[in-house]
Amino acid sequence: MSEPEASRNGTASTLRIDHVSKVFRASTLGGGQTPALRQVSFAIDRGEVVTLIGESGSGKTTLGKVILRLTRPTEGMVTFEGQDISRFSGTRLREYYRYVQGVFQDPFSSYNPIYRADRVFELIRSVYFAHLPHQAWQAMISSALQAVALNPDDVIGKYPHQLSGGQQQRLLIARALLLDVRLLVADEIISMLDASTRVDILNLLISLKRSGLAILFITHDLSLGNYVSDRTVILRHGAIVEMGDTVKVFTNPRHSYTRDLLAAVPELHKKWQPLGSRPAVPSGVVPRPVALRAPALTECEPGHLVADEEQP
Amino acid sequence: MSVTVENLSIAYRMRSGDVCPVDDVTFSVADGEIMGLAGESGCGKSTLGNSLIYLEGRMRRLGGRVLLDGRELPIADFRAMRPYRMARVSPVPQYAMNALTPARRIGRLTADLLRCHGVRGKGALEEMRQRVTMVGLSEDVLDRYSFELSGGMRQRVTIILSTLLNPSLLIADEVTSALDVSTQRAVGEMLMDFRDRGYVRSVIAITHDLSILAQIADSILVMYAGRLAEKAGTATIVKNPLHPYTQALLASLPEVGVRHDQAKLVGIPGRPPSLVRPPAGCRFADRCPFARPKCAQAPPFAEVAPGHQVACWKVSEGWAS
Repeated sequence: MSEPEASRNGTASTLRIDHVSKVFRASTLGGGQTPALRQVSFAIDRGEVVTLIGESGSGKTTLGKVILRLTRPTEGMVTFEGQDISRFSGTRLREYYRYVQGVFQDPFSSYNPIYRADRVFELIRSVYFAHLPHQAWQAMISSALQAVALNPDDVIGKYPHQLSGGQQQRLLIARALLLDVRLLVADEIISMLDASTRVDILNLLISLKRSGLAILFITHDLSLGNYVSDRTVILRHGAIVEMGDTVKVFTNPRHSYTRDLLAAVPELHKKWQPLGSRPAVPSGVVPRPVALRAPALTECEPGHLVADEEQP
Repeated sequence: MSVTVENLSIAYRMRSGDVCPVDDVTFSVADGEIMGLAGESGCGKSTLGNSLIYLEGRMRRLGGRVLLDGRELPIADFRAMRPYRMARVSPVPQYAMNALTPARRIGRLTADLLRCHGVRGKGALEEMRQRVTMVGLSEDVLDRYSFELSGGMRQRVTIILSTLLNPSLLIADEVTSALDVSTQRAVGEMLMDFRDRGYVRSVIAITHDLSILAQIADSILVMYAGRLAEKAGTATIVKNPLHPYTQALLASLPEVGVRHDQAKLVGIPGRPPSLVRPPAGCRFADRCPFARPKCAQAPPFAEVAPGHQVACWKVSEGWAS
């Protein structure tokens, strides 16, 4: 297992994930164990978009939850600006959420349908800005809405069903921007949106990144990940199979799993290439590994790490 | 001609009036053709697909007809449609992954389904067994419950079930949407394979994902806000789209290898019009960069080249971009 990448510009990374594992124990008959994450280590710097790509069941959402302290890792440590996040509680945890926020897949279920959508702002205010004068609060809201290219008249005072999916998702990003957010965990935030509005959200993430935000962009869609990210981490069964600069990973994939994924991406102008000797249809489920051991990563070129092939 | 839809209009009855997500739709699907039906959410693509199989209580046919192999399909008559369902016209429902009951093993479920449709004997069940192994699943899938299978396996089982009686028309609604890329590919290739083997004659593949259609479809029909926007062969739609909506939709799709610093993609500003009171003219006019006063009239869905139909004044009247 190699060391997590040191930050490239010398300063401490915004977030470091250090040998994080997570095991889910089934409480039903047999009491099996499912390792959702195996020894995952990487770092996210300021002003950087890291894409976490994985198929369903690869543990990508679990990792997002670990970072947001919604679940505790079984092993390993997550540090935010040098501090171990597992030790935070009370006021310190609240401060942590001031800097680290998440936006999730389904905007339609992130809102309570009986309240107006902008109630999500009020909840932030009651926790973090209880003593802020009304005027100043309004100014903050309008600058946050401006940052996500929303017109206040279109969204303030509306109920969730009156907003489009894209508007709802932007509103949730604006909510995160009200705080001094330094890391945004974006878990499949555009999968439920239409193609015509998807790319606007991606462009928004890019402009936020340019203003210094670190973003963990979790997705199963390789082309979206490729479009936005600076670095890519590919997960399979909870372990990293390949990671590095996005351009290097996508143009020069070294792991057979990455190659398979890329070969299956439907492209507009290129038909699927024949898979050669491998069967056209994968034969059902690959058995998941039971051990927490992850294949070792080796550096095949500067800034590009590849895991050893795992034997089933 | 395998399937012909003529001037079909379907409405949902609502308190605020009829909402018409399928408005005067005419197209045909040839034998052996996989036609992709693309559009954004709410454009009426699923309603169109559903109306060919099962008109729910709140749906009503306002006009038009559907011909299957030259004979009219009684889509407005629930009972008369019954012998056609599954045997002649078969759906793969949206969220097909959850379409299998968790209370029956797959084999038992299949037997129930066949009995329901009046198919007797063990022949069809044997066929099911064969097709399951053909797509690379093991035979013991039939002895399992649906929750024991992965999403991709369930999706494949559902497609096999839907095509078991070799229907003339398969309506596959978002069959690849909830799947991972590698399973998407497997399911897409399986659809093409079933068509090649003659298990289904024609397929209407409904999806919002144009890139998967570019892989599997022979032709693509683009819908916008209840109307047809453009229909042409897949290569034409992908390389030479004429309708401004199709062009904008394709321009907003990121492809592998395209990064934000090389090419900045743009979305389509605005959102589709409400179908409760749709605009009288071209429904895309509000969001269209080329709109002119003429667009206040509804453009005809006209053939501009052999096999290429477009509903746009800019194209039919030859305005410059």
